[in-house]
Amino acid sequence: MSADFLYGIEVILNGLMAGVLYALVALGFVLIFKASGIFNYAQGVMALFAALTLVGIMEGQVPFSHIINAIFGTKIHHFGWHVPALLAIFLTLCVMVAFAWAVQKFVFRHLVGQEPIILFMATIGLAYFLEGMGDLMWGSDIKTLKVGLPQGGSRWIEDMTSGLGGNDFYGFFIDKLDMVATVVAAILVMSLIAFAQYSKQGRAMRAVADDHQAALSVGISLNFIWVLVWSLAGLVALVAGVMWGAKSGVQFSLSLIALKALPVLMLGGFTSIPGAIVGGLIIGVGEKLFEYTIGGMIGGATENWFAYVLALIFLVFRPQGLFGEKIIERV
Amino acid sequence: MKLKTLAAMALAGTLAAGPALAELVIPDLSYRTGPYAAGGTPVSDGYQDYFNMLNARDGGVGGEMFRILECETGYNTEKGVECYESTKGEGALIYQPLSTGITYQLIPKVTADGIPLHTMGYGRTSAANGEVFNWVFNYPANYWDAASVMVNYLLDENGGSLDGKNIALVYHNSAYGKEPIRTLENLSAQYGFELTQLAVDHPGQEQKSQWLQIRRERPDYVLMWGWGVMNQVAVQEAANIGFPMENFIGNWWAGAEHDVIPAGDAANGYKSLNMNRIDASLPVFDDIRTLVHDAGNAAGDGSNIGTVLYTRGMYAAMLAAEAVATAQGIHGVAAITPAMMRDGMEALDITAARMEELGMANIGPEFAVSCQDHGGSGLGIVQQWDASAGAWVALTDYIAPDDAVTLPLIMEDSAAFAAENNIEAGCM
Repeated sequence: MSADFLYGIEVILNGLMAGVLYALVALGFVLIFKASGIFNYAQGVMALFAALTLVGIMEGQVPFSHIINAIFGTKIHHFGWHVPALLAIFLTLCVMVAFAWAVQKFVFRHLVGQEPIILFMATIGLAYFLEGMGDLMWGSDIKTLKVGLPQGGSRWIEDMTSGLGGNDFYGFFIDKLDMVATVVAAILVMSLIAFAQYSKQGRAMRAVADDHQAALSVGISLNFIWVLVWSLAGLVALVAGVMWGAKSGVQFSLSLIALKALPVLMLGGFTSIPGAIVGGLIIGVGEKLFEYTIGGMIGGATENWFAYVLALIFLVFRPQGLFGEKIIERV
Repeated sequence: MKLKTLAAMALAGTLAAGPALAELVIPDLSYRTGPYAAGGTPVSDGYQDYFNMLNARDGGVGGEMFRILECETGYNTEKGVECYESTKGEGALIYQPLSTGITYQLIPKVTADGIPLHTMGYGRTSAANGEVFNWVFNYPANYWDAASVMVNYLLDENGGSLDGKNIALVYHNSAYGKEPIRTLENLSAQYGFELTQLAVDHPGQEQKSQWLQIRRERPDYVLMWGWGVMNQVAVQEAANIGFPMENFIGNWWAGAEHDVIPAGDAANGYKSLNMNRIDASLPVFDDIRTLVHDAGNAAGDGSNIGTVLYTRGMYAAMLAAEAVATAQGIHGVAAITPAMMRDGMEALDITAARMEELGMANIGPEFAVSCQDHGGSGLGIVQQWDASAGAWVALTDYIAPDDAVTLPLIMEDSAAFAAENNIEAGCM
């Protein structure tokens, strides 16, 4: 096999794993949109906030320390303890659940029955609020995430495959972090599907997604379900924040990962969990292959815009996305 | 009666505002929020702390106190312009926006308004030609100097020849990131190395394609023009593919502590340029700690003192304060105007003795500004990250750029700008 062909395979493999990371972000959007019809603009910021909170708890950072010090003239920044990763993850999840409850109680409960655009605007406000809150609580410096995730390419895979394509082929490069992300994403998706299919709350969630008025009429609490859905989106945001934060450190640019999820949603559909996964994989492979084959001829840096072009091409043929619910308008 | 009261209050207000006009007003177009906050915060901390230290220690400069007007830009060009518009009426003496995008928007505005713009190591490179850009300064160095210093360093590393070498440039796909390309292309033709250009889109969170290409093509060196998250991801990706870190050199906006710390030990050996030395033991830091931080007047929480970008912000403030003093000396008044400030900047002469006197010996190279040369000496050092010590180590003394390469480019570009904008080149 020629080295170029094998490098093409390498690009596809890396594209698939990049797609998994995009899908992780898209999943949060899908969960909330499916259950409540809200396009949650704040999903990227939720990933940032969850990652900031995780690091803050692990490092024993005092939240709002800048404000406390400014008001009281103190110089406290840390409690002086370090929290183990698993406990910190659990505590962060508790914070995200509390956030979900607060969002429902103070924002969306008052907007029931409003137009989707109003709800969307509310999530924009929520995004700015949460970003500012994250800054006030934990500061804007870059934080290193130490939850034991592996870094670097797999030397074993590289060594095992280096002889496949002659001297010009150096073996497949597969990032260990991407492999872990793939496994975690697979477990997460299977858990979410199992939860939705087999648990009482999951079935209630699906009922609300199908027809919230009918669900209300059989005694399902919309408030509870929406808190549950936002909590699940918080869990997905935490996983995405950890995986992306492990690559670059936890910093405020993490909120921009939402931009990578939009073409995935356009392609996979806003209401399908499998759609988010498949959409992510298609976008990941498509953008990486385009950059590999054509990018160099047109100046490179094609990935950001090509993902949207690819999604638009799909939209021409399936406006509801690959897995979205078919749009039927009755006149 | 009411009218009289209001009129009296207005008069009192005007009288009260009177002394404020005599202050030395320094806007700080900072970014402490958003994706680039990690870089913007320490620069702003250093910038403000130095002026506050001068206020506390010396009563400002020449008996006039500094007044800082901080305005958050979020590294957003539109917000940067809004900040300029909202602060210029306060008697602003100098703008340092820490953004090439904002700089490009402000160049025509400051020229029309008559307020000096200082873009230290960023912005429009050809602004070094002071006869075209009367109100813009980019001393002590610019991007093209940086590109030339990098190549001169590599020439030194390779016995004076880069013939047949392959050098990749990983750059932020923006006006900032594209600045060195022209210089590097000329240097590539001159020294016979092959230049591979790899653009990374904003913000730079995802760079797998670029680093897989580097892994395939195995360039001898990788140069980087990055900012923000692009730097941290690039250092991590380079480590992931096993690229030799000692052959990976970032420019001076890709060489702060937070650019390498997230990658941990894997970042060990990564190199970058710096336009100023870092030395946490400089006496000036003691004054800042005592007079600003301990007094509760610090711009930040004090954790950034002595870091690369804090030191650079402080260095930028020092250059501005020295220009104020020079302007006061030229015009014989303490309460200078922006036009006088421009004169001070154009007559600036930074000597080793003066830097030592200021408690920051050898923080930067010696240089003098003139009407023709707003760009300074262009010197830079190469520093290397020592992960075990958690510190940057200077590898070289100040390296000079190749003026024979950069100067013609500056003259050509500035001449084109002058022709486009009907500017008649000359000194003020």
